Amino acid sequence: MPRLAGDLAIWFFILAELLAFGVFFAAYAFTRANNIELFDAEQAALNRNAGALNTVLLLTASYFVVRAVQAAELRLSHACARWLLAAIACGAGFLIVKVFEYSAAFEHNISLSSSPFHMFYLSLTFFHFMHVILGMVILIAMWNGARRGRYSPDDMNGLETGAAYWHMVDLVWLVLFPLVYVIH
Amino acid sequence: MNSVIHGTPRRATVLWATLIFATLLTWGMGVLGATGKGAIALLAVISFWKGAVIILDFMALRHAPLLWRVLTLGWMVLVWAVIAIAYIKGLPQ
Repeated sequence: MPRLAGDLAIWFFILAELLAFGVFFAAYAFTRANNIELFDAEQAALNRNAGALNTVLLLTASYFVVRAVQAAELRLSHACARWLLAAIACGAGFLIVKVFEYSAAFEHNISLSSSPFHMFYLSLTFFHFMHVILGMVILIAMWNGARRGRYSPDDMNGLETGAAYWHMVDLVWLVLFPLVYVIH
Repeated sequence: MNSVIHGTPRRATVLWATLIFATLLTWGMGVLGATGKGAIALLAVISFWKGAVIILDFMALRHAPLLWRVLTLGWMVLVWAVIAIAYIKGLPQ
């Protein structure tokens, strides 16, 4: 019997988010098509290593969230909480790397108005950054719930709903990283 | 009680390792300065594959009604199709 993990409402929210990011990606791609040299030159100055490191951190956080959900399916509340804490640590690592990246950009006088590429780079990544912050709040709330033994095979809805949101944040980054940091 | 749909730890660990490997591949293509239609096709395939793992396994949509897989995987296809069209449009004539 097919079953959608988590609350139906979160899936409509996820679709809306994917649509918003999709429009953003299309706008970036077509603006780039008309400003190839500028986009390629300014992309080359980005810290690709930081982008790749952040991809690893988000994927690893997603993996830890999966392990947390699997632990809850086995009624292992403490293990569920520990996996969620590990995911929170990875998410925090992502935010720290991004803050360093932004501070380096601002030192080079990069701003929303400095060029079309920088406008997209800053707005796209910051829009995503805000989603990671919300994801962290959700993970912390789930960690708190797991520590109190809230999740079990009889009550997975809250955990699956939050997990679906976190995976969406990861999914969007899987397009954003190659698009903004690699494709030229 | 809900049906168990989130797979085994072993499967999740293997998928995570392949996702990390695929990320290193994308990063390596950036370091090597890979460019052109072939490079973007490979980047699109890697990104789509990674997205499919997140959608089907991590989000557990493999066990959801077909419509949800169509909507999410369809989003990946559409986004990469648009990126590819824009990329080709920007190539020197």
